Amino acid sequence: MSLLSVRDLTVTYRTQSGPVPAVRGVSFDIDRGEVLGMAGESGCGKSTVVNAVMRLLPPKAQVTGEVLLSGEDVLKMKPGRLRAVRWTEAAVIFQGAMHALNPVQRIGDQIAEAIVIHGQSGEREALVRVGALLEQVGLPPRRLNDYPHELSGGQKQRVMIAMALACSPSLVIADEPTTALDVMVQAQVLKLLNELQHELGLAILFITHDLSVLVEVCDQLAIMYAGKIVEEGPSVKVFGQPAHPYTSALAGAFPAIGDHRFRLAPSGLGGDPPQPEAIPSGCSFHPRCPLAFEECPVTVPELYPAGDGRRAACLLVEHGARVGAQP
Amino acid sequence: MSAPATTEVGEPVLEVRDLHVRFQGRLGLGAGLVGKKAVEARAVDGVNLKLFPGEVLALAGESGCGKTTLARTIMGLEKPRSGQILFEGKPLADLKKYRRRVQMVFQDPTAALNPRQTIYESVAEGVRIHGIGRASDALTEEQMVARALSRAGLRPPERFYLNYPHELSGGQRQRVVIAGALVLDPEVIVADEPVSSLDASVRGEILKLLLGLRNDLDIAMLVVTHDLGLAWTIADRVAVMYLGRIVEIGPAEDVLTRPIHPYTEALLNVVPEAGGLDRPFLSGEPPDPTRIPDGCRFHPRCPEVASGAAKAAGVEAKCTGEDLGLERFRVEHFAACHLARLRAATDTEPSDV
Repeated sequence: MSLLSVRDLTVTYRTQSGPVPAVRGVSFDIDRGEVLGMAGESGCGKSTVVNAVMRLLPPKAQVTGEVLLSGEDVLKMKPGRLRAVRWTEAAVIFQGAMHALNPVQRIGDQIAEAIVIHGQSGEREALVRVGALLEQVGLPPRRLNDYPHELSGGQKQRVMIAMALACSPSLVIADEPTTALDVMVQAQVLKLLNELQHELGLAILFITHDLSVLVEVCDQLAIMYAGKIVEEGPSVKVFGQPAHPYTSALAGAFPAIGDHRFRLAPSGLGGDPPQPEAIPSGCSFHPRCPLAFEECPVTVPELYPAGDGRRAACLLVEHGARVGAQP
Repeated sequence: MSAPATTEVGEPVLEVRDLHVRFQGRLGLGAGLVGKKAVEARAVDGVNLKLFPGEVLALAGESGCGKTTLARTIMGLEKPRSGQILFEGKPLADLKKYRRRVQMVFQDPTAALNPRQTIYESVAEGVRIHGIGRASDALTEEQMVARALSRAGLRPPERFYLNYPHELSGGQRQRVVIAGALVLDPEVIVADEPVSSLDASVRGEILKLLLGLRNDLDIAMLVVTHDLGLAWTIADRVAVMYLGRIVEIGPAEDVLTRPIHPYTEALLNVVPEAGGLDRPFLSGEPPDPTRIPDGCRFHPRCPEVASGAAKAAGVEAKCTGEDLGLERFRVEHFAACHLARLRAATDTEPSDV
């Protein structure tokens, strides 16, 4: 049984101007110890997926489908059970470490809070555990007396990671954990997450808009566009030989230095990602697709097998054509 | 396949000579009364740089290295402590005239545009400030705005005149900002992280646009970026900055595929790539411009010093004690590294100079 199994998840926000579909039928599985990367641009619904899995969506969101955490549906849990599951089974590293910490509370107390609330230990033992956690994320244990403003951006992100690990969850959801960080610090934080994952056997759902980061840390990749997964499979295959034209364009935005196909030749897509309230008909990518043909605006593609354990939602893949990497 | 390097030919359109910019730290009243001195940040600490007509020069480095301060000082938005900025060989005298010919594109288009101004008004602002585009001039204001918008890829331009920024997508907004820079027909554009706030699939189109402006209008560009992959796709030359100084500069292909300075190598190592995280990364935090180390300013983080390679080569004392400037290693490729200098001097392999 998968640790996390999301089945046909849809999330629709009710707004004054009518229902806005943010997630339109997403299914994926994460096994114990596995890292799944989910990439997509702003508005593609990736953060909504995170919030749906942790049941953090506002009441105006209508959710259907199943989110099975160790076989139990998160969407049907009673509030008490939900509180018990959060942190201990699944924890989130939120984006924007700068703002997620309470500025007037020592970081040690903030991390200990989760441990104490979940009754895993008393306050004194909790602080011992916090010291160990800080050490684990590469900070000296004495920093537990610091306030957030005494830490740099990278250190705050490490505190956020320590907090997520406080109650030893088996699943960690990392929502853009490195986005606001400098390039050097980003690499350090990624390395840390990677080490912790191996050490603790964590399963991680890693969400970001930066596809190149995911290739480094993930076994499996899922690419989202307009509320749906348009391609999924082993990360090296998906990034290196994309089967969906959108993945191909996205991969092109992160050129390999030394690759002469990209030298003085930036590649991109015309147009912009669609707004969730105005999703194009048929294949939602067709207005921007360089390979679109007559059928695309009419037929909604499903995820078709695309070889090497991949699946892609593209009619060309169904017809057996190779999309391949475009320079 | 390599691009013709437009390096060091003819006169630079823009030149920076020994530029220093410092920021005074803040100090509490009490500390001031007992005679404490506020710390000073040396954001730009002796930069020499030439930008040639029609070239794209990428200025790279991690946060806090002074790259944005350098760009802002070039634009006249910060006052240098000392040093000179020359435009077409002459020191800046009339900032207003200069700003007509050197334009800036900022990072975040949403912040750069006035939300209550129409696109036409935003783009026309520069024309009005400079008092051109009147009936007697070659082009009317509207013609100038239309030309700028279509050069920035917003066609037909009339369609966008009455739009407000919130009605456009992120990519379109950045095009409006670029049109605002183009409207006065500048010789130079200084772009500070021009695509980092945009969605990945949109970035390529904006970079294509910038490269096209260079090719079609021969505009020289200084592009500030933290992303060396971006430098690979659009830059002719790359300058790498560390703690207020340029530590390596040269043709993009050469700097990015055969770096000389260990810091450039470290920056290249953090560019994500398939196949895991087994490369060595620099540890520690971004450097602090209020405390610039003696000697080579990179030595406390330098992997060559840490691994003992510098000591084995007998240059460690120089690394920790002797400041150094840029030196020529290959054709138009300069770097500031004691160890590399020693290796180049003792190298039996003939260099390709």
